[in-house]
Amino acid sequence: MSEKVKVEISKELYEKAKKFIEEQGGFNNVEELIEFLLKEILEEEEETPLSEEDEEKVKERLRSLGYI
Amino acid sequence: MVSRPHGGKLIDRTVSSSRRERLLDEARELPRIILNSSLAADVMNIAHGVYSPLEGFMNKEDYEHVLEEMRLSNDLPWTIPIVLDVDKKEISDVKEGDDVALYYNNSPIALLRVEEIYKWDKKRYAFKVFRTIDPEHPGVFKTMKRKEMLVGGPIDLISEIPEPFEKFRLWPKETRILFELKGWKTIAAFQTRNVPHRGHEYVQKAALTFVDGLFINPLVGWKKPGDYKDEVIVEAYQALIKNYYPKDAVVFSVLRMEMRYAGPREAIFHAIVRKNFGATHFIVGRDHAGVGNYYGPYEAWEIFKEFPDLGITPLFVREAFYCKKCGGMVNEKICPHSEKYRIRMSGTKIREMIRRGERPPEYMMRPEVAEVVLRHPNPFV
Repeated sequence: MSEKVKVEISKELYEKAKKFIEEQGGFNNVEELIEFLLKEILEEEEETPLSEEDEEKVKERLRSLGYI
Repeated sequence: MVSRPHGGKLIDRTVSSSRRERLLDEARELPRIILNSSLAADVMNIAHGVYSPLEGFMNKEDYEHVLEEMRLSNDLPWTIPIVLDVDKKEISDVKEGDDVALYYNNSPIALLRVEEIYKWDKKRYAFKVFRTIDPEHPGVFKTMKRKEMLVGGPIDLISEIPEPFEKFRLWPKETRILFELKGWKTIAAFQTRNVPHRGHEYVQKAALTFVDGLFINPLVGWKKPGDYKDEVIVEAYQALIKNYYPKDAVVFSVLRMEMRYAGPREAIFHAIVRKNFGATHFIVGRDHAGVGNYYGPYEAWEIFKEFPDLGITPLFVREAFYCKKCGGMVNEKICPHSEKYRIRMSGTKIREMIRRGERPPEYMMRPEVAEVVLRHPNPFV
């Protein structure tokens, strides 16, 4: 497991998150829920699209194979 | 919108054509590790992003995490170790930090930067991954025959391996664009190692009812004796899709990857792989990736509860059967009739009929599919 650091959130938000977990399940604690949500947002930023040239090559292959 | 790659980024460890010639020359001067067909397929899958976020074979830290926690060391779900096994003598001149050439069929296909060389306990691996050390289990049997050391590190693919089913082989960067072009926002992936019977068709179409498109992605490569040969699976699906599926609702492509028969763990692994292809949903069948009686029929459903952060939605479609009173394919949830009216779709029974040269009845297998299978003198591995 990677090293952990502390962050602070408002008590109100914390209580809402706790209630959400009690009702919906899927997470063991608020920390897990926050890590999951942050990863979701940050991973979206990491994705790098193909260059136009590469994308055109892929489309050409898909055409030649009859997929499009 | 198609699924984001696992870990957020689709890995590409293929080498540009301008670097390829130079690296091929370099590879010929380097120490060699000889790959079997399953490992060569793993190299291709790593390089083309099928195993994103892996960029190479696992180091000890990831290996241990996957074995014990079913997660990579960065906490991302991952259930099957992707490892390169070698003989001590094969790497006698190699130390951590060196580059080695990975050879397949007498040609260099990739370079590997050796980050770590470590021992593994194959029995422990088998017990964790397959939950048994019974040598009768095909995955255990295969594991115990593997070499005694593991090498971890990133790879660079310098030479593509020819694919007998090239016409039907798509990589994640291709399916992701294809799904976008088709305008599909929800895609259900179906994993298989079988010729389709009516039960498979029912499950696929039940899923397709709720999503934009169906991605049928059979595994080709090593399978246990008695399973269908790759060419039979491919031809059988072509016959089924041509005759019984809406033209623009299905994408069919093969994935060269060995079956592990690791039941629940493999179900998660299969889902992650299809997430990388862009699928948003993954159909999990009864006894998914199971063999014999090693796993409970719905254990592969249960394990998904442990991965709320998987990033692909499992679809638990109940096993289908033919009900004589309903007059069609149904499942337990929608059929009120007793067992005496139900005809189960048994893959084993169908295989036995085919071995005897008998045509399975239409309520078990479409005639066009049966035709393909029976045309092969020996359709089994």
